[in-house]
Amino acid sequence: MKIRTLKYMMKQGFVGLWRNKNMSLASITSVAASLVVLGLIIILVLNINNIASLTQLQFDTVQVYVQEELTEEEISLLGSNIEAIKGVETALYESKEQAMLNMKERWGEQGYLLETLEENPLPNSYVINLEGIDYADGVVSNLKNLEGVDEVKYYKEIIENLLKIAGFIRTVGLALIGILILVAMFIISNTVKLALNARRQEINIMKYVGATNWFIRWPFIVEGVILGLLGAMIALVVVRYGYGYTFDAINNKFTVVFSAYLLPLDILMGRTMMMFAVIGAGVGALGSIVSLRKHLRV
Amino acid sequence: MSNIKIDLEMVTLIEMRNVSKDYSKGIHALINVNLRIEKGEFIFLVGASGAGKSTFIKLLLKEEDPSEGKIIVSDEDITHLSRRRIPYLRRNIGVVFQDFRLLPNKTVYENVAFAMEIIEASSKEIRRQVPMVLGMVGLSDKASQYPHQLSGGERQRVSIARAIVNNPSILIADEPTGNLDPETAWEIMKVLRQINRRGTTILMATHAKDIVDVMQQRVIALEKGRVVRDQQRGAYGYED
Ligand SMILES: Nc1ncnc2c1ncn2[C@@H]1O[C@H](COP(=O)(O)OP(=O)(O)O)[C@@H](O)[C@H]1O
Ligand SMILES: [Mg+2]
Repeated sequence: MKIRTLKYMMKQGFVGLWRNKNMSLASITSVAASLVVLGLIIILVLNINNIASLTQLQFDTVQVYVQEELTEEEISLLGSNIEAIKGVETALYESKEQAMLNMKERWGEQGYLLETLEENPLPNSYVINLEGIDYADGVVSNLKNLEGVDEVKYYKEIIENLLKIAGFIRTVGLALIGILILVAMFIISNTVKLALNARRQEINIMKYVGATNWFIRWPFIVEGVILGLLGAMIALVVVRYGYGYTFDAINNKFTVVFSAYLLPLDILMGRTMMMFAVIGAGVGALGSIVSLRKHLRV
Repeated sequence: MSNIKIDLEMVTLIEMRNVSKDYSKGIHALINVNLRIEKGEFIFLVGASGAGKSTFIKLLLKEEDPSEGKIIVSDEDITHLSRRRIPYLRRNIGVVFQDFRLLPNKTVYENVAFAMEIIEASSKEIRRQVPMVLGMVGLSDKASQYPHQLSGGERQRVSIARAIVNNPSILIADEPTGNLDPETAWEIMKVLRQINRRGTTILMATHAKDIVDVMQQRVIALEKGRVVRDQQRGAYGYED
């Protein structure tokens, strides 16, 4: 294809877009809306997955809260009972005082907040390392039957629940995106149809003079792709600043607790940008092709 | 000796063999048409409204496919031409219509250049060719005007310039003088005659009896889809 032809295609694409400003705006907005929702879902799902895998690493353990009223003998008896369970590698005792010290350390600068507590609310506990994750369920049910056990904290459940939520968000989200993308395609194909009608006469002449079918079609596909890409750009900006803002806000409020679990912006943005560009351009191209098939017999 | 003979022999540009066209059951627009058009001819296609003139033209342009028979253009059988090849067939055929079909937001020059741009001619060729054909149709001084600033005859001349700017072997005109007064119609005929003298074959569908009678060219007469007369140096016919 000649450079001049390429310029002609681009120019016709923009002219068509400008001629029906309102429809173009509607198309861009609907692509942007679909992609913003897509962006939200990606961010949620990726973050939940990230939290789940981080949690998995940190808490590949079972924690047993010891009943408050137990004596020291009873506590150490419980300890040996725990170690006797098949699949338990070690059982480390952590007194409530020690637990408080550990928490202060983890909270770092905000540690002073804990000093305002009148009473130590943390329980005495055993932290159990498993020989393997496969033993987890068996160990947990054995632990629940032991004398002196108040509660079994088992993070696998939390992780599983998190993953379930992520899966649910993904499924519902994909369905929602599917619908939004269809709507976007529909609007784009209508916009292209208007552009087509505005150029009917020109197309008719082009056919008689011997323009190839692709020469006639390309400007409309270019128009659709431009609409899609503009929508993608807007969505990218919204998601970029939206996430950046939220990320900062969460960091400022909850410092230590959350920041480690959220994926940093640049990691997210690299992938999102590619995905948005591809989807935006794809939706635009498909939208115009639908319109061309229906309304242009070349 | 034999070389000279070949030079004198006619070159067939278009051939129709047993061509029929039915639009739907019962509408026989063309029935068993057989004819040859040689390079350089000037041909009138005459007949009452509904006789099949436009259908004849549409078959040559591959706007319609024949229901039966065979059509050959420049030695290529176009009866079952693939859709991808159609544009290249049309580049060899210039067309002019009764209603001019100019783009209102383009100047005379741009309307003509447009036909070259869309087949991706180089700007150098465009700058050379457009002024030349505008000269041929006598519109050199109107190049920068818009269609609405022109008379009907001038508009038709622009559309003729556009039809010949890519040097087609044949120029087909479907009732080109249909919207024009007799005097202007003659101007158009002069232009067409001149184009024909330069070697372009011309096929003109028309109702205009006076023109056909005066021009004394080959006449193909259609009646209800059949060729009823094909005559060199003919006249329009007895009545109509
Ligand atoms: N697209 C079409 N569908 C059905 N019938 C058509 C169509 N075009 C033309 N016809 C019919 O075919 C016949 C020939 O028409 P046409 O070729 O336009 O004649 P002319 O140009 O000589 O007036 C007429 O009876 C007309 O009604
Ligand atoms: Mg007709």
